[in-house]
Amino acid sequence: MSVDVLDKSLETFVLNLGPQHPATHGVLRVKLTMDGEYIVHAEPVLGYIHRMHEKMGENRTWAQFMPNMGRLDYLGALSYNHGYALAVERAEGIEVPERAEYIRCITVELNRIASHLLWFGAFVLDLGGFTPLLYAFDDREQILDLLESVTGARLTFCYFRFGGVYNDIDDAFITGTREFIKRLRSRMPMYHDLVTKNIIMIKRLKDIGPISQEMCRRYGATGPVLRGSGVCFDVRKHEPYSVYPEFNFDIPVYHECDSMARYMVRMDEMEQSMRIIEQGLDKLPDGPVMAAKAPKIIKPAKGDTYCAVEAARGSFGIRLVSDGTNTPYRIKLRSPTFSNLSLFSEACQGMLLPDALALMGTLDLVIPEIDR
Amino acid sequence: MNNELIRLLAFLVGIIAFAALNAAYLVWVERKGAAHFQRRIGPKEVGPYGLLQPLADGVKLMTKQLLLPDGVDPILFKIAPIMLLVPAVMSFVTIPFGEHLAARDIDMGLLMIFAFASVNVLGLLIGAWGSANKYAVIAAARVISQNIAYEIPMLLTAIALVMATSTMNLNEIVSQQGGGIWHWNLIRLTFTASPLTPIAFLIFFTTMLAETNRAPFDMAEAESELVAGAFTEYAGMGFGVFFMGEYANIVIGAALTTVLFLGGWQSPLPFLPSSVLWFLIKMYAIIFTVVWIRWTYPRTQFYVLLNLSWKILIPISLANLIVTAGWLKVF
Repeated sequence: MSVDVLDKSLETFVLNLGPQHPATHGVLRVKLTMDGEYIVHAEPVLGYIHRMHEKMGENRTWAQFMPNMGRLDYLGALSYNHGYALAVERAEGIEVPERAEYIRCITVELNRIASHLLWFGAFVLDLGGFTPLLYAFDDREQILDLLESVTGARLTFCYFRFGGVYNDIDDAFITGTREFIKRLRSRMPMYHDLVTKNIIMIKRLKDIGPISQEMCRRYGATGPVLRGSGVCFDVRKHEPYSVYPEFNFDIPVYHECDSMARYMVRMDEMEQSMRIIEQGLDKLPDGPVMAAKAPKIIKPAKGDTYCAVEAARGSFGIRLVSDGTNTPYRIKLRSPTFSNLSLFSEACQGMLLPDALALMGTLDLVIPEIDR
Repeated sequence: MNNELIRLLAFLVGIIAFAALNAAYLVWVERKGAAHFQRRIGPKEVGPYGLLQPLADGVKLMTKQLLLPDGVDPILFKIAPIMLLVPAVMSFVTIPFGEHLAARDIDMGLLMIFAFASVNVLGLLIGAWGSANKYAVIAAARVISQNIAYEIPMLLTAIALVMATSTMNLNEIVSQQGGGIWHWNLIRLTFTASPLTPIAFLIFFTTMLAETNRAPFDMAEAESELVAGAFTEYAGMGFGVFFMGEYANIVIGAALTTVLFLGGWQSPLPFLPSSVLWFLIKMYAIIFTVVWIRWTYPRTQFYVLLNLSWKILIPISLANLIVTAGWLKVF
């Protein structure tokens, strides 16, 4: 099902999708040039929620920039906390206690599951199935309760500090997390029975919305989008950071390059995250959660630092340029969905509108992170 | 003659009240049903179990200003909701709720319902075109081709049924299904109906879903793609009347399925008396199934929907027609 987009004789019209549209999940606007229901050209328009996070970083101290990290990708905020904390620790040379790193990984993976659950619900909602959203939110709620008990926040987390985390986890959190994993494991087969194996879902996702490896490379797509195109790349495994090398987990890779592949990657990743959390809880060492020698005032030496972490949506990179003062000279963020969105324009050419929206759903866009 | 006029008037008032009340309370059923499918509570604030919620909704819609957006065609825009609702209400005229409970016992009842059922699509198209909105026009184009595609298998199955019953009078069709559940057209174990009626029932039910624009075939709204589809520009009671028309169509579809396949007002067991209650139970059971499907399945793509009709449903219903004809000829 496609149309020759280069055919000049097409009679086209412009359809304005967003910035307030149920399928764009936020304030993304896409200018679609359509031939009937076929998309000839798509142009994402950004800027509706631009808050100048990078510029903000230049006007506050290193520590004051941490809360901004929870406001980029508000669905997977802890990964961003992690990336920034690691980058500053690398620049300043702070040693983090092992227990703190374990707690970081456990909470980040919990956050990743929460993010994928929300994506799962919202994605099926995009396809017109309303009910799975409520079931996914039910599970996500449990994670938010757990994270709230240690971090004090439910959405825009600001939990990590340079040199550790600010609050130790307690026994209630550990037993609660173990119970939650048991619960989610028992519910995953239900999700697969009701949604993944549903004939309408299969018809809507299988062989629809191809994103080739080559296209991923050209646009710098990462995360589940890349892994759904058959490239095995995960920062946690291939450029290890934190204590991830000590965990035994797999990277789900699907070679079909279609919407179904990206859907399956995320569903499988939840299981892998649960494995990491279980191992983390088993191996959790005793000790402090904050480095004793962490300086009160951060003043990294002059120079560049780059640090990348695997966020729920792909590789999140952060480049710090320090001029030796207590405020950053420059902070450059590389957010995964910005690259993932840029390939949408090419990938959706010649597709039908509903299929293109399904494709957009599998990119898992979080607009405040694209438009920062 | 005078008596006949009074009878007709009474029935018309009854029908309009029934259609309006059903539309209002089906919204409540839909919301409450959806809530329970989704492990929520649903409406509960207005009245016990939220039973007065439809009233509150109605008042809210009625007190809203009738908005006429820039660039709309005022006549088409205003006439469209009425064009959707009126045919649905008209179709109630021939539905036999009980043995003697039909406003008009017309010999061509089935034909009349199909004739009116085709008009309401026109209402959607006019509304969408009149509102000068791209989303609405796309939705209307979808609905038109969907309705054309699904009317054919629906009519083909109905024709097969009419061949077996040799009448288009709905009351007569129901009368023939008397004497227990095994006499219903759904699973009729006599030689006067073809053995394929269960398949015919499934086809009819599927096409009924598509004709009434219900999930998984709700192309008219398709909220995640087309915002609110054909209703995008409507607000207040314009939207309210559209909504009532949609629900009235669902009631008609369910009532027709009940009459044609589930024995109408006939009781399922021979020793139980037949009454209007059976009709309502069957009809609401079908409506509940429709709601259930709505909150379980995602939406199909448009071309899959058309393929389903042209490549699967129409050939099967044609085969059903031929087999029925042959069967009736042989026995």
